[in-house]
Amino acid sequence: MTHRATPGQTVGPFFGYALPYPGDNHLVPPGSPGAVRLHGAVRDGEGNPVPDALIEIWQPGPDGAVVRSAGSLRRDGFTFTGWGRASTDAAGHYSLSTLRPGGEVPFFAVTVFARGLLDRLFTRAYLPGADLGAFPADRRDTLRAREESTGYRFDIRLQGEGETVFLRFPGHRAD
Amino acid sequence: MPTPSSDAPTTTQRQISDEITAFGNARRGTDLAQPALDYTPYRSSILRHPTQDPHPADPEGAELWAPCFGHQDVDPLEADLTIQHSGEPIGERMVVTGRVTDGDGRPVPHQLVEIWQANASGRYIHQRDQHPAPIDPNFTGVGRCLTDAEGTYRFTTIRPGPYPWRNHRNAWRPAHIHFSLFGTDFTQRRITQMYFPGDPLFAYDPIYQSITDPADGALLVAHYDHDVTTPGWSTGYRWDIVLTGTHRTRFEPDEEGEA
Ligand SMILES: [Fe+2]
Repeated sequence: MTHRATPGQTVGPFFGYALPYPGDNHLVPPGSPGAVRLHGAVRDGEGNPVPDALIEIWQPGPDGAVVRSAGSLRRDGFTFTGWGRASTDAAGHYSLSTLRPGGEVPFFAVTVFARGLLDRLFTRAYLPGADLGAFPADRRDTLRAREESTGYRFDIRLQGEGETVFLRFPGHRAD
Repeated sequence: MPTPSSDAPTTTQRQISDEITAFGNARRGTDLAQPALDYTPYRSSILRHPTQDPHPADPEGAELWAPCFGHQDVDPLEADLTIQHSGEPIGERMVVTGRVTDGDGRPVPHQLVEIWQANASGRYIHQRDQHPAPIDPNFTGVGRCLTDAEGTYRFTTIRPGPYPWRNHRNAWRPAHIHFSLFGTDFTQRRITQMYFPGDPLFAYDPIYQSITDPADGALLVAHYDHDVTTPGWSTGYRWDIVLTGTHRTRFEPDEEGEA
């Protein structure tokens, strides 16, 4: 029997003194061997930046293996935990330093929270070249991170033109 | 007494309450996602909710697992929000405890729980909080803990006060504690708010009412539990949290007793 899930609520405007912590967005130290940047902007239905959003990523290591190491909250500079958190700045921009995810069709699993967003959103930032045939042809590009010299850019549009494809997993109730 | 600033919102509580009623009626008897993301009585949601249906996807790879947190991440003292400064915070000292389980009723062991909240007078430490209520120098309002092997979390804190906000004229949030939760797989990630029983502000609050099914809304309300109180020291509330179902069919051996 499946129990009814406790509903979500918005992260609100005041998470900024509670959820961010030193090193939250540095899964690996910037500039260390293999480090890549994953960054982008979060925008609303009018294309304006969302300066009070929180992005979390969860990913395998470059070998594709799921990471089972603790230590995300107090990073030791050597242990890759596969999980990180980044707040958007006044321009709606977030940035993380991490490793390239491995696996058959590699992607960063992404969770989005924001003031004004009543529940979290899930999406994926696929590495360039992934076969995204399972997603609608006219929208699948929103799931692709763009390659840059220092890593990847992944913009998130909450609403409107170029609205990001968000995901519903089995067991989540439908909209 | 401070005068409201000139850009104070003009929408009245009556208008918002009418919208709350209309939206609730429109969704009655449906089995739609809770909360409604397109809940216009919460004005900040208007430009921030997706208009396309979420795309159905099966969790893959790392999504079948959740990040691990361990004792190196969280000091046990972080679960007591009343000992973070040199003095005692003002307000009703209370214990908040409960179990985190998945949709199949299994405990979520050794997992991170984060909370944040206003102080007893309804004021956050956050610099953007302009509510002219006193800051308590002995209360920050941020806590963390790991669930135990049975999925139980436990915090000692102060009962937060309700606070005004700018959604509409004379808008007040019911007293609440923000909770951030992880499950045993990535798809169970949840951020929500815990409320207190019988709060007279529930009916007026578009964030609480965005959960249009009252049976679901009730799941966010803690209950007073005399067994959780500490004699001569604190009151106690119990709030159990159910995450969505997990997608792995059985626990892997390395999950048992780790962390
Ligand atoms: Fe709040």
